Amino acid sequence: MIREADDTLTIFERSKAGRRAFVAPELDVPERPLDELLPPDHRREEPPRLPEVAEPEIVRHYNRLSKRNFDLDTGFYPLGSCTMKHNPKLHERVAGLPGHARLHPLQDPRYAQGALELMWRLQDALGEIAGLPHVSLQPSAGSQGELAGVLLTRALHEDRGEHRTKVLTPDTAHGTNPATVTMGGYEVVKVVSDSSGNVDLDDLRAKADEDVACLMLTNPSTLGLFETGIEEIERIVHGVGATLYYDGANLNAIMGICRPGDMGFDIVHFNLHKSFTQPHGGGGPGAGPVAVSERIEPYLPRPQVVRRETTTNGSNAFYDLDYDRPKSIGRLRGFQGNYGVFVRSYAYIRSLGAPGLREASETAVLNANYLLALLRRQGVAEYLPAAYDRLCMHEFVLSGGPMRHELHIKTLDLAKRLLDHGVHPPTVYFPLIVDEALMVEPTETETKETLDRFAEIVAGILKEAAEDPEIARAAPYTTPVRRLDEAGAARRLVVRQAMPV
Amino acid sequence: MTRYTSVTDADLGEMLGTIGVDSIDELFADIPAGLRLDRPLALADGLSEQEVYEELRALAAKSTSAEDEVSFLGAGMYDHYVPALIDSIILRSEFLTPYTPYQPEISQGGLQAMFEYQTAISELTGMPISNASVYEGPSAVAAAGYVAKATNGRSRFVISRGVHPHSRECVRTLAHAWEMEVVEAPLQNGGTALADLGDDVSAVIVQQPNFLGAVEDLTGLAQAARTAGALTICACDPLPLALLKTPAQCGVDIAVGEGQTLGNRLDFGGPSFGFFAATEALTRRMPGRIAGETKDVDGKRGFVLTLQTREQHIRREKATSNICTAQALNALAGVIYLSWLGRHGIVELVELMLRRTAYAREQLKAVDGVTELHDRPVVREFAVELDAPVERVIARCREQGINPGYPLTRDYPEHENGLLVAITERRTRADIDRLVEAIGAAVAAERQAVGAKA
Repeated sequence: MIREADDTLTIFERSKAGRRAFVAPELDVPERPLDELLPPDHRREEPPRLPEVAEPEIVRHYNRLSKRNFDLDTGFYPLGSCTMKHNPKLHERVAGLPGHARLHPLQDPRYAQGALELMWRLQDALGEIAGLPHVSLQPSAGSQGELAGVLLTRALHEDRGEHRTKVLTPDTAHGTNPATVTMGGYEVVKVVSDSSGNVDLDDLRAKADEDVACLMLTNPSTLGLFETGIEEIERIVHGVGATLYYDGANLNAIMGICRPGDMGFDIVHFNLHKSFTQPHGGGGPGAGPVAVSERIEPYLPRPQVVRRETTTNGSNAFYDLDYDRPKSIGRLRGFQGNYGVFVRSYAYIRSLGAPGLREASETAVLNANYLLALLRRQGVAEYLPAAYDRLCMHEFVLSGGPMRHELHIKTLDLAKRLLDHGVHPPTVYFPLIVDEALMVEPTETETKETLDRFAEIVAGILKEAAEDPEIARAAPYTTPVRRLDEAGAARRLVVRQAMPV
Repeated sequence: MTRYTSVTDADLGEMLGTIGVDSIDELFADIPAGLRLDRPLALADGLSEQEVYEELRALAAKSTSAEDEVSFLGAGMYDHYVPALIDSIILRSEFLTPYTPYQPEISQGGLQAMFEYQTAISELTGMPISNASVYEGPSAVAAAGYVAKATNGRSRFVISRGVHPHSRECVRTLAHAWEMEVVEAPLQNGGTALADLGDDVSAVIVQQPNFLGAVEDLTGLAQAARTAGALTICACDPLPLALLKTPAQCGVDIAVGEGQTLGNRLDFGGPSFGFFAATEALTRRMPGRIAGETKDVDGKRGFVLTLQTREQHIRREKATSNICTAQALNALAGVIYLSWLGRHGIVELVELMLRRTAYAREQLKAVDGVTELHDRPVVREFAVELDAPVERVIARCREQGINPGYPLTRDYPEHENGLLVAITERRTRADIDRLVEAIGAAVAAERQAVGAKA
């Protein structure tokens, strides 16, 4: 009997003693005994049990694994708040140039002028997009950018001799916001939303006091709605001496249209892996630069990329790393940040320019509103109404509550059934304030035809559920595996391959 | 239309009609008029793909990479050879372009790769639980500090002066917010000297091998921490772990480290990945994503993100960390690299570096005006003290196309003319001989210059 190839064998299970892919370079120095160089009491007895496989098998193994992944280059990926826009292919090519890819992070700045200039130009561009003049590229991802924001706030207040204990986050906030607040040494105070999806201004006024250090706000919010009361929010927050922090997760809606700095925000973080096309890589890498106002600048992380004029007329410049920043919060990570991500994002900004960035945001908002309009038609809207009856920005949130009551399928079932149609489901069960939430972000790089098809698929699934809800409840059917026992995975924890004895 | 969007004029008319508005501007009606930007962004217009390529190529050409000189720079990131198969795999769209695997049925490739990565990290460190990556090395040390704080609530970190200066600074940055004190343990002959630890020490933080290249007595350090009821956090260089006693064997509670050397490029400092592994007791305090094995409804083997109730999207302010996006693609490169090296290859590679490093150390030590900074065992990196201004010696070596290493001046003022020299497998004996000759000549010339002035 021919045994079927098992796609789920791990690389460790494909190992066979004696096979190898690596051949070491020749030993060209004296072969001194190991004991002389590294005494036995420092050494392990057995080498790590890494796989023993030749190159063809490694390549085949990971190629096969790759085919068990759905990806953005294959199909529609309207995952709300994640901005799954196209990742231009040029970016991998330029990031791979040896002058970027093989540049050591501790290279003397005199010999790293290209990289430092690129970083300086990216800082400049991001500052202009945010409407805030000073940028640190250091944070590794959005959550580290948030942490930077909270620490910058602390530094500002400490410098003024103030001790504040609380940070406000709306009930629509991403989980990273409250988690960051705790990590930054503050207590979280939740602000509720009003009936139209905005921050409830009365609740904000009631909670904003002299103990509040900061309000962290995503605008447009995670409901895909622009905070119409932003000017009043700014007055309330600054009125009590707190900072206003902009979570840049949804920046893709407003590039070139309006700027957080002009709204009064003190600190902004960017997700270069969202608005600025760094591929998500199945969960990273990203980058989370921060832009800040004049009064926050002294506290930015160390070192800071600076441009020093070397001639009086500014025709020549030297790009340097400035460590002499006595009020800095310090480092958040090693070296200068995720430079490879900066190369890609800089290439993107150069490709689009000012008009292109604005067009990207306009198209993102157009696509979202078009898809929302399609889903507001009969056959869908009665089961999946928009959570708020407004125009949306770059994303929108539907509620699966009526679908659950009328058709007896949950948002999760709809999501799983979408898998059988070759599209990635929207974000589900977030924001938490919407019953059976479904958060859809089509992005600007999708065609009208793709949006039309998605709307048809959703309508089709609802129709199917009206006839037989069991179909969606047991979906998916066509994927490499079907619904997985997640509770069991947590109960009987297996997080590494068991090794043969 | 940009080259990444597809809305034709005909599409636009139809779409606006469906929405029920007359123009795109109307879609932005919620933005108060006073907040709209009334001018274009002050950025240049867009460029064609070819023009962008040329600009990025020109910028790349302005820097001197490890391709352009014989470099002995290390100090946390190292110029190792990255095998071709890594690019061929990680550039596949299926790995490059998906989001975090929140829909496991269509993310089995990424999830299984995470599971394999965790296994490889567990094998290297000996620790039973590894997550699926954190950002990078130094912030991983601070993340481990956060776990220690949450575990025992004590008020102090003791951190060895042998820990990477960036890691020490990351710990200080966060400890300040946690109102915790950070005390530095000094180095004696390159090794960490722990004074008496009080009962207020949350964690002892060390590095193996340490920043000056020295192999520490990790067992002794972890024992001292344990006696004081503190956790031991060790920042490990992953490749030397092929030979060294594992952190688990030494009694370490949390093993973290910089993963760049595992199949990732230098990239001027990132993206790479950090690894984070711990004892079973700390399982539910781990930060970040963890892949676990399970079965689907048909009984078929599968993988999911597990223990998600630790994470920010579920636990919010009570989460074990705020980390969300980590470094999945870089960690994938890591496990491919470790599979490529294999069980015996990794030992051969590290032994080669060990012997070339020993050779370089012996040869340099023999040079007039060069002394060892310590005589502890080393694996891939060692430190020397020069009897001449280190910056000037470096400048002279550069004239020969050699970048001799990292000056310790800024980070270790007590070693004003210290130089940290890294020997990866890419540096041959011939390269080392050139380095020794260049440093010898530079030191001699500098001494002569001083003598002439005197």
